Amino acid sequence: MLRDQDRIFTNLYGTQDFGLAGAQARGDWDNTKALLEKGREWIIDETKKSGLRGRGGAGFSTGMKWSFMPKASDRPHYLVVNADEGEPGTCKDREIMRHDPHKLIEGCLIASFAIGAKACYIYIRGEFWLEGNNLERAIDEAYAAGLVGKNACGSGWDFEIYVHRGAGAYICGEETALIESLEGRKGQPRLKPPFPAGAGLYGLPTTVNNVESIAVVPTILRRGAEWFAGLGRPNNTGTKLFCISGHVNNPCTVEEEMGIPLKDLLDKHCGGVRGGWDNLLAVIPGGSSVPVLPKSICDTVLMDFDSLRAERSGLGTAAVIVMDQSTDIVKAIARLSKFYMHESCGQCTPCREGTGWMWRVMERMVKGQADIGEIDMLEEVSRQIEGHTICALGDAAAWPVQGLIRHFRPEMERRILERKSVPAQAAE
Amino acid sequence: MPKLTVDGIEVEVPAGATVMQACEAAGKEIPRFCYHERLSIAGNCRMCLVEMEKAPKPIASCAMPATDNMVIKTDTPVVQKARKGVMEFLLINHPLDCPICDQGGECDLQDQAMAYGRDGSRFHENKRAVPDKNFGPLIKTFMNRCIHCTRCVRFISEVAGAPDLGATGRGEHMEIGTFIEKAVSSELSGNIIDLCPVGALTSKPYAYAARSWELRKTESVDVLDAVGANIRVDVRGGEVMRVLPRLNEDINEEWLADKSRYSVDGLKKRRLDKPYVRKNGKLVAVEWPEALGAVAHKLTQTAPHKIAALAGDLVDAESTFALKQLFTSLGVTSFDCRIDGAAIGGGARAGYLFNTSIAGIEQADVVLLIGSNPRWEAPLLNARLRKRYLTGALTVASVGPQVDLTYGVEDLGNDPQVLDSLLEGTHPFAEVLRGAKNPMVIVGMGALTRADGGANLAAARGIAEAYGMISDGWNGFNVLNTAAGRVGALDLDFLPQPGGRNLAGILAGAASGDVEIVFLLGADLADTSALKNAFVIYQGHHGDSGAAVADVILPGAAYTEKDGTYVNLEGRAQRAQRATFPVGDARDDWKILRALSALIGKTLPFDNLGELRALLAQTAPSFAAVGQVTQAAWGPFGAAGALSTAPYAYAISDYYRTDPISRASETMAKCSALFVQGRQPDDLLERVGTYG
Amino acid sequence: MSSASLPAHGHAPTEFSFSAENQATAKKLIAKYPSGREASAVIPLLDLAQRQAGGWLPRVAMDHVAKVLDMPPMRVYEVASFYTMFNLKPVGVHFVQVCTTTPCWLRGSDQVVHACKKELGIDLGETTADGQFTLIEVECLGACVNAPMVQINDDFYEDLDEASTVKVLQALKAGQKPATGPQNGRIRAAPLGGLTSLTDLPTGKKEPS
Repeated sequence: MLRDQDRIFTNLYGTQDFGLAGAQARGDWDNTKALLEKGREWIIDETKKSGLRGRGGAGFSTGMKWSFMPKASDRPHYLVVNADEGEPGTCKDREIMRHDPHKLIEGCLIASFAIGAKACYIYIRGEFWLEGNNLERAIDEAYAAGLVGKNACGSGWDFEIYVHRGAGAYICGEETALIESLEGRKGQPRLKPPFPAGAGLYGLPTTVNNVESIAVVPTILRRGAEWFAGLGRPNNTGTKLFCISGHVNNPCTVEEEMGIPLKDLLDKHCGGVRGGWDNLLAVIPGGSSVPVLPKSICDTVLMDFDSLRAERSGLGTAAVIVMDQSTDIVKAIARLSKFYMHESCGQCTPCREGTGWMWRVMERMVKGQADIGEIDMLEEVSRQIEGHTICALGDAAAWPVQGLIRHFRPEMERRILERKSVPAQAAE
Repeated sequence: MPKLTVDGIEVEVPAGATVMQACEAAGKEIPRFCYHERLSIAGNCRMCLVEMEKAPKPIASCAMPATDNMVIKTDTPVVQKARKGVMEFLLINHPLDCPICDQGGECDLQDQAMAYGRDGSRFHENKRAVPDKNFGPLIKTFMNRCIHCTRCVRFISEVAGAPDLGATGRGEHMEIGTFIEKAVSSELSGNIIDLCPVGALTSKPYAYAARSWELRKTESVDVLDAVGANIRVDVRGGEVMRVLPRLNEDINEEWLADKSRYSVDGLKKRRLDKPYVRKNGKLVAVEWPEALGAVAHKLTQTAPHKIAALAGDLVDAESTFALKQLFTSLGVTSFDCRIDGAAIGGGARAGYLFNTSIAGIEQADVVLLIGSNPRWEAPLLNARLRKRYLTGALTVASVGPQVDLTYGVEDLGNDPQVLDSLLEGTHPFAEVLRGAKNPMVIVGMGALTRADGGANLAAARGIAEAYGMISDGWNGFNVLNTAAGRVGALDLDFLPQPGGRNLAGILAGAASGDVEIVFLLGADLADTSALKNAFVIYQGHHGDSGAAVADVILPGAAYTEKDGTYVNLEGRAQRAQRATFPVGDARDDWKILRALSALIGKTLPFDNLGELRALLAQTAPSFAAVGQVTQAAWGPFGAAGALSTAPYAYAISDYYRTDPISRASETMAKCSALFVQGRQPDDLLERVGTYG
Repeated sequence: MSSASLPAHGHAPTEFSFSAENQATAKKLIAKYPSGREASAVIPLLDLAQRQAGGWLPRVAMDHVAKVLDMPPMRVYEVASFYTMFNLKPVGVHFVQVCTTTPCWLRGSDQVVHACKKELGIDLGETTADGQFTLIEVECLGACVNAPMVQINDDFYEDLDEASTVKVLQALKAGQKPATGPQNGRIRAAPLGGLTSLTDLPTGKKEPS
């Protein structure tokens, strides 16, 4: 188990002061100027070396992403922080913003400096009213202390940071939809190319990073890339906030080492699966969009990008949704289908039309009100959405259904056959 | 010039081209719904997906820039599956009402479903029901059919510049509409019907009127303004059912203004379908010999200096020419085609043309409007101005009443004296004009039909010369004509000849008795009171103001009913073609005049249209080069005199009712009531489908 | 579900403009964005307008925001109808939003919905006759480890069950302000059974080990 000394988010549960004084006591803002003085290249390099992969779900190397930004450019650059946390199961950035906002703000300064941005917008989902308030208060403190603003931390770098509140749209977690929204439009994802590093916010070079990705950077730079890279497994390094919800005895958010066995995670921090490990039915290991895993895989799987990918699922946002034997698994996934239908922006055909279709078929599957052949059809419809849309929401909608069919087809068939065996009147 | 491979065929495309264009260059057809080359790229329908080597997923070819060494495949199982899948998604919520859909037979969705659709439906859920919207008198909506391609939204905000349309809501609840109960207020609104790839937006006046395969299609030109938009006239059983735009990059691109599209019902109303002679104060229907006999008798009994002829706004060059030939042979010298009193003509040809040309607007960097509201006087030309403006390279300023032209306009006030200070170079805007590379001045009828019209023309000319608008390869001086027949008539010198009277003189003479006969060739004057005592012959197609005061009516043909040549405001001769026959006893106008000439004993020297046109081409070079614009030489025009201080008023006070055809149109009357007078007709409150 | 249509006329106000205080706030919000990019402030300003208008956005409020930001009204309607936090119909004083997405559903959001319906006497999508409560179902609000939860106006009430839901609602009915956050005594997102991490932290400034 991860040692407390190796934990980055030391005020995860808000038991200490989230303000500047508390943050400084926890080591934040400790000679940030010295970090900046090491230069852009060093910061990017160190971040690359740490092996930090984006914590928003896609797992792309954060340092690499920064290196895509134009090096010499007379145009303004932007850092946009994706705090539109909304993937069902996920509630980690919330803890950072309300309990450790200064880690994020300091990370914003360092990352912005590294990509040549003098302005940063933190796009926080509108429902996080309190979290936004804490964040704004922390930013005010940072301005007052000269940590951000003109000549931030005495580094000579001018840096403005703003909180931008959303208004209820999961799709704004997609980076180009987020940019569209930030520009004052509907959150409809853009066509790529161009990518944000070339033409992002206001058409200018922009990097969009997840809250957690940014918030861990100051600590990584202070403690060294080797420290972070030494945790976890190769290509899956460092610590990670896990949010465990559903049928465990004590759901919680906790910082753990990457690659921790799923079973350990649940047993050590969550009091185990409700009714014991053998009562486990399935786990969605990385937020609602990744395919569900049956218990047999959960027994051994490690919680990191590559291990979960090998099981045809994913680490995603490391939001672990646990389901015990009492769960109506078809209904649990059908509810996710409803979520994606509700959150589809409506822009492109496969997602707009396909998510509703899948949900409607799924609702029938819950009751067994379908033909066996429709399971294959459902799978095919999900494949018709996957990979054919402007953004990844189509994929995210398809995968839970594919995961269900892959691992729980017998359960779906059972319901259909059971319903068929009951006389029509009784079934109604 | 990127080089790439499409299905093994190497193609080279211009820089900035898309993969879709590269595929087309390779002869590969790529299906699409949302993509339209004149609109921004949306990439939302996903029909145009193709495979690109090294890309993990199929790519939207409409949105992907073509780059060197790309390897594109358009005919792989992955692509076929993608197309089939998208097609299925588009159809699941699309109603199966093709048999009663006006788009049937000319529907992109129908056509592509044949190529890419499944043979049956796997969708067993309820189809989505979407409330229909009321977009006003012109556009009928069936929102169940909408496939959310957003072409209409993009057209209205980008090309038309009237951002009334949007997509509200999200996901499968996303709806195209105005959100609030509101008609689409643009003079170009009808184009969204053409753009709609399905039957979601159809023509309200044409609703359920005909099937596309029943229509006979005739290529022609529009005459309801002076732009000369290229059109297609669709006819069934002798009735014009609809008018659609035809591609002409130099003029209308592929758009058409609403008046030109929707006035067609005016072709069936208030028509002059029989000759009439006034007997005992009342117009009585007669046969042709009697009517022509009465005219011939009167003409031969009257001294030529007491005879005058006026040519109206919709006249074709052939009949204008025939009338002038005939009357000249009688010794008549009083001719005028400027029935609005515009102070143009008589000088250099460049003095009455839109010399820059419509397409030339796309080279301009500064435009000065004088007494012109192009949005109403020439909506398609205005769309070009907006197109140029959107590139960021155009500054527009206006002297005249403030109106929304759909782009940013610097208001120089409404005081003609501004022209003087521009001529003197003291006006602040002079600096902008001086700095311009390709400046334009556009002078409208609002400035030219006033008492000081000649002085306005001279001032505009002076400004053009003072600010380098006239040079080799660039002529920035432009008159914005509003009448389709005007430039042709001016080219034929249908103007007072030595000793003859102009419009004002003719009217004064008619009032005083010095002019006894006034021949109105399609001339419907705004004020006919001066004609009370004269013997008035009206030759035309509609019972408008001219026919009302006529002593003899010779029923002619409307523009859809005859082969006629019209010279547009650029000076480009174009041919309208007969799409249907004149109504009742009405006849081709030049034939009427030819018959009259024989009766008088001054037989015109042509027996058919070919001979007539050969003469036309000899008379004025513009008619020799049909379809072309030849640069008009710069020369003297305009009149000396002081500019009045009276503010300008625009020539058109009601876009929807400017001529006998649109004035006879019920559709245009509805538009006028709604958009001009601001009345909400009952129709707009009508709910259809599942509305409310 | 569809929010893409306006309510019938009737109780919709015919005028709206920002109060003096909100004008100042709007100015500050707009100042966050570069000049020429004022449209970026459309969401914050719509939110401000919604708060001023009593929890929903009448058309006049959207038109006012359009005017302030120099946007075509249609673009503002698009935004207002896209984001779920904008209400295009009036809502009650207490806007009760029950999350029913899978993580909440797994831990009993059905019971929470049931408790709300029973206590308020209304169905989902309805407003109580006295205009005090509107009850709706919403998608994931991002407090999944504290499931099930409801959001009432700006506040999250977490770790609910039937009884605690009723308690919260009753307190609101009584004009009280119930404590927000977990309703089962736990510390925010920490495990209920006691801390499993962060127990071994040095006090004061943390030194890298």
